[in-house]
Amino acid sequence: MMDPKETTREHDLDRDQANEPEPRWREVNQRSPENHAAEADTELAMSVENLNMYYGSFKALQDVSMIIRRNKVTALIGPSGCGKSTFIRGLNRMHEIVPGARVEGKVLLEGENIYASEVDPVRVRRKVGMVFQKPNPFPTMSVYDNVIAGIRLGRKHKKSELDEIVEKTLRQAALWNEVKSKLKVGGTALSGGQQQRLCIARTLAIEPEVILMDEPASALDPVSTQKIEDAMEELKKRYTVVIVTHNMQQAARISDYTGFFYIENMGDPGKLWEFDETDKIFSSPSRKETEDYVTGRFG
Amino acid sequence: MSNLLQTSSRYRRRKFVDRAMTVLAYACTMLAIVPLAWIIIYVIIKGLGAWDVQFFTQLPQLFGDGGGVRNGIVGTLEIVGLATLMGVPVGVMAGIYLAEYGDNRLGSLIRFMADTLTGVPSIVVGLFAFGVVVAATGGFSAFAGAVSLAILMIPVITRTTEEIVRLVPNSIREASLGLGVSRWKTIMRVVVPTALSGILTGVLLAVARVAGETAPLILTILGTNFPISRNLFNGPSTTLSLQIYQLGRQPSPQVVEVAWGAALLLVLMVLGISIAARLIFKGQGISARG
Repeated sequence: MMDPKETTREHDLDRDQANEPEPRWREVNQRSPENHAAEADTELAMSVENLNMYYGSFKALQDVSMIIRRNKVTALIGPSGCGKSTFIRGLNRMHEIVPGARVEGKVLLEGENIYASEVDPVRVRRKVGMVFQKPNPFPTMSVYDNVIAGIRLGRKHKKSELDEIVEKTLRQAALWNEVKSKLKVGGTALSGGQQQRLCIARTLAIEPEVILMDEPASALDPVSTQKIEDAMEELKKRYTVVIVTHNMQQAARISDYTGFFYIENMGDPGKLWEFDETDKIFSSPSRKETEDYVTGRFG
Repeated sequence: MSNLLQTSSRYRRRKFVDRAMTVLAYACTMLAIVPLAWIIIYVIIKGLGAWDVQFFTQLPQLFGDGGGVRNGIVGTLEIVGLATLMGVPVGVMAGIYLAEYGDNRLGSLIRFMADTLTGVPSIVVGLFAFGVVVAATGGFSAFAGAVSLAILMIPVITRTTEEIVRLVPNSIREASLGLGVSRWKTIMRVVVPTALSGILTGVLLAVARVAGETAPLILTILGTNFPISRNLFNGPSTTLSLQIYQLGRQPSPQVVEVAWGAALLLVLMVLGISIAARLIFKGQGISARG
């Protein structure tokens, strides 16, 4: 029952449904016209193929393959140290900022491998934005400046455009009503929950296609957490969201798909143990370790 | 419960030792402050008498009532200003490099050389400037003096800048990089502004230190009792510190009094810069005191 091949079968849902000899996501790298068209109307925003991630010589993640569907929330759960944060940072090339960190395998965004040698990581990060665990607004900037920091540090915009962007993104982050009268206040003068929503607005301002969230609510109180979860419901209509969370109830509440990461022994690389629709993972997981984790027997 | 209220002799002795140590600590602090306070008071007493309109507007005279230190004031401002213009960009940029990119062999080398340079005696730096600038250009100049002061400033500014920039939390850098901002923009528009108050504090403290330097200036600007030339690159100059040295050795007591007046002025300038460095940038971003 614990056959490793079962893992591969779990995330070839597309394959079974489309009845093709090869998984569709293996072919998308070749940019022939029919593949382009096929990929344009598939539901995938990103796909990960055989990703291995290293810190120097230490292998943190082994052979992870996954599909991330457009306009859906994909949650990544698993015990501490199993590589979830490492994995999510591999999706926008933040992993390689650590000296000695490297990656083998492919991560495809709209069919193109973000790790190809001619790809500029800065451009990848503008398309795949990230919200971090601990809110990190820029301390020398006001709320207003924080929201547009991502844009202002890029091209120039007119003031009226900037005002619009600020209001729009703060509304999407469910923060507008609380700060609209104090846009000039320093970014760090807000409460923790407000700061985190400010960071979400800041990420939205650069108009990424995918938003990554690394335990965005774990440093916050329940009320702020609720507001952020509400914001996510709105966000997924426009963006694709991937969220790492320790909070299983949260994963069950807000996500459409869930990936369970697991590490067998200390020092082993983490693996994607199971990936499926959230309902299935939480009601009838296929693998024992998944079941043990979601029912709270360990973790 | 009643045991708590009984003061044991052990407790009483502990209380006594505690008080004695507190008194000792205060006494040591006073001992450390006394020389500073004494110098300031002494300089005020000896120097305030020399302050009059003449003091600020006339040139020094080695006879009569001593004259004034007008050229020294101008020279101090010019030379320290020029040294700051030359030394600050180099030092700050080196410090930023070391903090952001310097975890390699080149960085270790630069750090080692900066640390060594802070220990080189200022007269040696002056002799170096003499050989490189004065001998090459054929004469003493304010510029040569500024070069020697800049050399003294650079390693100090480099090290303090590096330390301050390192104190900027990594979460800020990650936030900026995560928004798809390039590395150099992250450094220049996010990291450095966050560290700015600390960097400026370090710069002001280096300026204050160098404003009082005398030895390197002896060999580079020579000193003069005439108006200093407009051309900073040609012609001897003088500063308050140099005038204290030259006027203080004169036999005439009035001239020596002018030297005391210059000393008071210099001390107040340096104190003023140091206090300003600590006050003005308090509480913005990261400070030099952490």
